[in-house]
Amino acid sequence: MTVRALRAGVAALMLAGMMAQAAQAAEIVLRGTGDLGLVVERASGKVQIIETTDRTSLRTIDGLGDLSHASAVFSRDGRYAFLFGRDGGLSKIDLLTGAVVKRILQAGNSIGGAISQDGSLVAVSNYKPGGVKVFDAATLRLVADIPAIGADGERSKVVGLVDAPDQRFVFSLYDAGEIWIADLSDPAAPALRKFTGIGEQPYDGLITPDGRYYLAGLFGEDGVAMLDLWRPEAGVRRILDGYGRGEEKLPVYKMPHLEGWAEAGDLLFLPAVGRHEVLMVDRRSWTEVGRIPVHGQPVFAVARPDGRQIWVNFAHPRNDVVQVIDVPTRRIVKELRPGKAVLHMEFTPRGEQVWVSVRDADRVDVYDTRSFERLGELPMAKPSGIFLAARAHRIGL
Amino acid sequence: MPARATGVLAGALALAAAAVWASPDPLPWRQDELIYRLKQDCGSCHGLTMKGGLGPALLPETLADKPDHALVEVILKGVPGTPMPPWDFEISVMEAHWLVRQMKKGAIDDR
Repeated sequence: MTVRALRAGVAALMLAGMMAQAAQAAEIVLRGTGDLGLVVERASGKVQIIETTDRTSLRTIDGLGDLSHASAVFSRDGRYAFLFGRDGGLSKIDLLTGAVVKRILQAGNSIGGAISQDGSLVAVSNYKPGGVKVFDAATLRLVADIPAIGADGERSKVVGLVDAPDQRFVFSLYDAGEIWIADLSDPAAPALRKFTGIGEQPYDGLITPDGRYYLAGLFGEDGVAMLDLWRPEAGVRRILDGYGRGEEKLPVYKMPHLEGWAEAGDLLFLPAVGRHEVLMVDRRSWTEVGRIPVHGQPVFAVARPDGRQIWVNFAHPRNDVVQVIDVPTRRIVKELRPGKAVLHMEFTPRGEQVWVSVRDADRVDVYDTRSFERLGELPMAKPSGIFLAARAHRIGL
Repeated sequence: MPARATGVLAGALALAAAAVWASPDPLPWRQDELIYRLKQDCGSCHGLTMKGGLGPALLPETLADKPDHALVEVILKGVPGTPMPPWDFEISVMEAHWLVRQMKKGAIDDR
């Protein structure tokens, strides 16, 4: 072959490559991600990327491992989702192209994660080995490993991991009953502040939307541990102590999820553990101001972004119902029956729609939150968590 | 009673006893339902693949040294002081025995 022919061949190959690239690029619509999100198909290890403007599914991404209890956070530019799988998988997904940019198995068993205030770090809370691992958000390279060894000297499962202002993460040790603050200002040397003896079996945590208060729900006792991050020196305070008032607690068929604890005006709405009640707490005095009897054991009690409504779903076997509480009147104004196993609800950023996953019906339903009309449905295989990219810009999500 | 008849009766009794001890299988549709529950609802805490979560792993190797009746008791009555609730309101003794056998065989994912 002559040099000239070789050159022509190489040029042709390059051209073909460029054309292939162009063809691929053509599939990628130039758009923002503000109305995108993902739905976890827990049993099949897939997620679907959805958009909430026309309410369609854009693509399905496969091969993401065991996604029971999977959750996601988003990069600060809203382009990438970081998906935390049960099997310790951490996947970085490009919402625009659908590509799995990077995927690592960082632990044996995990429960969730958070992204730092500046978006540079992704932290994962692990059951096995118990602790928190922190990764570079760009490369998923490990930058810090924080084993959760409690005051008892034992390694503990970590729950309720959230991001907090000033480049901090806050989390709870389930077995040891502790709350830790990790300051990642210097990612290579996390500064830890530990609060011990905060109560029995903290099972999940949340941070108020202003990033000031961290609350850990307790499974082992009736009560909530509260830490004021503006005044950590004041220590952890117990609120709602003994809200069950010594009554026999019902067995709990699904742990409540506190990420969705609702804040509406001056009231926090919390699912009561093992009771068919939603608790209302005044967030200035941190005292209970009332409770609302509901259909079953609440799992999520989430506020519409304007705080006017609280949507509540329930534990097995009463999980086919969703109830809507009207905040000003504190009454249930609507009861929906989407189908068996309603697992999650996610509002669009300004709250005109809510997306509801109905696991056993293999469907995600979209409701208008004003008329309660069903606007549409999307087929999904055993859908669980729904995470919209607008979370990128909210503290603690 | 002639010796032969006694023998037959004893044999029949032994068979009946064996059947009781082996505990029969649920009907196929119910088996599907139970495995679905196991994966989807028990899986919330124990992992969809039974590798554990807030609750312990339910894999053949982690269950091997635990007697069936003790595991059946845990399923039906729960474990006080832990999040494990009792399931006897919707799972029978026979069904719990069958579930334990499936978990010990690791026969969850083949279905």
